[in-house]
Amino acid sequence: MAYILKLILRNAFRHPLRSFLTILSIIIAVLAFGLIQTFIKAWYQGVEASSPIRLITRNSISLIFPLPISYKEKIRQIEGVNIVSWGTWFGGIYKDEKNFFPSFAIDANSYLRLYPEYLISEEEKKEFLRDRKGFIAGKKLIERFGWRIGETIILKGKIYPGSWEFTLRGVYKGRDEYTDETQFFFHWDYLNEVLRNRGSSWTDHVGWYMVGITNPEKAPIVALLIDNTFKNSIAETLTETERAFQLSFIYLTENLLITIRIVSMIIILIIIVVVTNTMIMTYRERIPEYAVFKTLGYSGLKIGGLMVGESLFFTLSGCFVGIFLTYPISKIVGQMLEIYFPVFKVPFVIIPLNLLVSIVAGILATIIPIYQVVKMKISEALRNIG
Amino acid sequence: MKKPIVKLINVNKSYKKGNRIIPVLFNINLEIVEGEFIAFMGPSGSGKTTLLNLIAGLDIVDSGKVIVDEVDITNLGEGQLSRWRALNVGFIFQFYNLIPVLTAFENVELPLLLTGLSKLERREHVEMALNIVNLIERMDHFPYQLSGGEQQRVSIARAIVTDPTIIVADEPTGDLDKISANEILDLIERLNKEFNKTIIMVTHDPNAAKKARIIRRLEKGSLNGLYFETYP
Repeated sequence: MAYILKLILRNAFRHPLRSFLTILSIIIAVLAFGLIQTFIKAWYQGVEASSPIRLITRNSISLIFPLPISYKEKIRQIEGVNIVSWGTWFGGIYKDEKNFFPSFAIDANSYLRLYPEYLISEEEKKEFLRDRKGFIAGKKLIERFGWRIGETIILKGKIYPGSWEFTLRGVYKGRDEYTDETQFFFHWDYLNEVLRNRGSSWTDHVGWYMVGITNPEKAPIVALLIDNTFKNSIAETLTETERAFQLSFIYLTENLLITIRIVSMIIILIIIVVVTNTMIMTYRERIPEYAVFKTLGYSGLKIGGLMVGESLFFTLSGCFVGIFLTYPISKIVGQMLEIYFPVFKVPFVIIPLNLLVSIVAGILATIIPIYQVVKMKISEALRNIG
Repeated sequence: MKKPIVKLINVNKSYKKGNRIIPVLFNINLEIVEGEFIAFMGPSGSGKTTLLNLIAGLDIVDSGKVIVDEVDITNLGEGQLSRWRALNVGFIFQFYNLIPVLTAFENVELPLLLTGLSKLERREHVEMALNIVNLIERMDHFPYQLSGGEQQRVSIARAIVTDPTIIVADEPTGDLDKISANEILDLIERLNKEFNKTIIMVTHDPNAAKKARIIRRLEKGSLNGLYFETYP
């Protein structure tokens, strides 16, 4: 076995430049594959982070149309409903247009009960609940702007014009690494109060309701009951699970995602083509040697084993280095795309997936050369020597 | 009386080139006895190498029989023929045909990997073969670090390491200078005389052929009547 491994390794480095370029191509392909998978995973992050015990109720016409705050009591009375919370997309900007991040006006008390994945200390939570102009934000957002507890910051409202003053009362952390830590939450009461003072038609309206239910299996029934309650009202509702709500955003970009998945398949093909090319070149150069092996009594399949070993050496070397590099590079890419993808983590599945693809590609790449070796006529191959 | 180790009975062989069939050997009948050193001579294209390939099981006959050590190798399938070659035939090529990424030791060890010998046993066999060809000190050298003559000696060590029934040599001195060629021929002669190895050699070189006990001429695919015994 040691002899065979030695032979495979020495063969693999016969043409160092070619071997290096082959492995480099595989590294790049594995890296691209890993980043694409991470990108797709990040795209679906909202869906995966969704809870089966939460429903989202919005205006049935569109999400941009609000719902009256008066609905909260009616929703609360529906059987199977546990908690009712509400929120409104604020869309504020900090100092400059480029400093964009998700900002929401929420009913803090019910929201924090409904979203236990946002971890905040009891002391900070109390401070936040006490201060009408207070806000909490995710750890990453705080780090991005270097805000300190007690610091007052001003957001420019894009939907709700004017300068809005807030005081940082707490920092939440995600329960796990897949929880978004880039959000900004402040009190809906504060927003509503200002809107009332301005005489806005959006006064006493919310963007959507978040409904906690007791039994996830009854989600469709509760959703139906909520929507039936507001049938033929001035603002009919559409209630769906949080997962379905998140998916509805993804469906808008489905074609893009399909394209990205196709690219990912093409990358796998590239790996196969690159290694096949190398193995065919190798075969052509070594026809006399393979003839000698056969002369000495080695069967075509035994020689094929050597070829598969060499091919796997290329694909697995590239695979290991590619996977190793995927993590730091995705971290850099994740930081660059943090505004769009707050959670940009390499999914573990890329490790077994890349290993599987590398093994399959390594074997497929040798099919043609092995076939040629098996069919090779020794006397004809030896005639070409000299 | 020595037993015949190689028997060719009515052997015919031709090659296909496109639509054309090129006849190479016609109705060859031949017997080579155990411990013989026979050389086949003849002009290019006379079928010498083809004859050697048929005896060594590297090619198959169109018709006729090739029997080596009582085994009719024309009846063997490809896999059986591979195993048979590994155990019964030692090969010496004109261009040495060593594997460039293996050392002299590893090149000689190559045929032994198919025999099931332990690592220690393999080492003993390889060292013995390299001692016979007087290259034990250079066993860790790669082919590119050896001269042509030395490479051919490694190739001879590889041919004898499995203690084969026959050794076939195709122009073994064809790529060597005169001094190296003489060394190789002496070595092959020694294998025949000291170790009683049956040697079947193909050569253009009359000096090389002189080392053989029997010389047969091939012309246009036929063994002609010329038959020389170079020494008693």
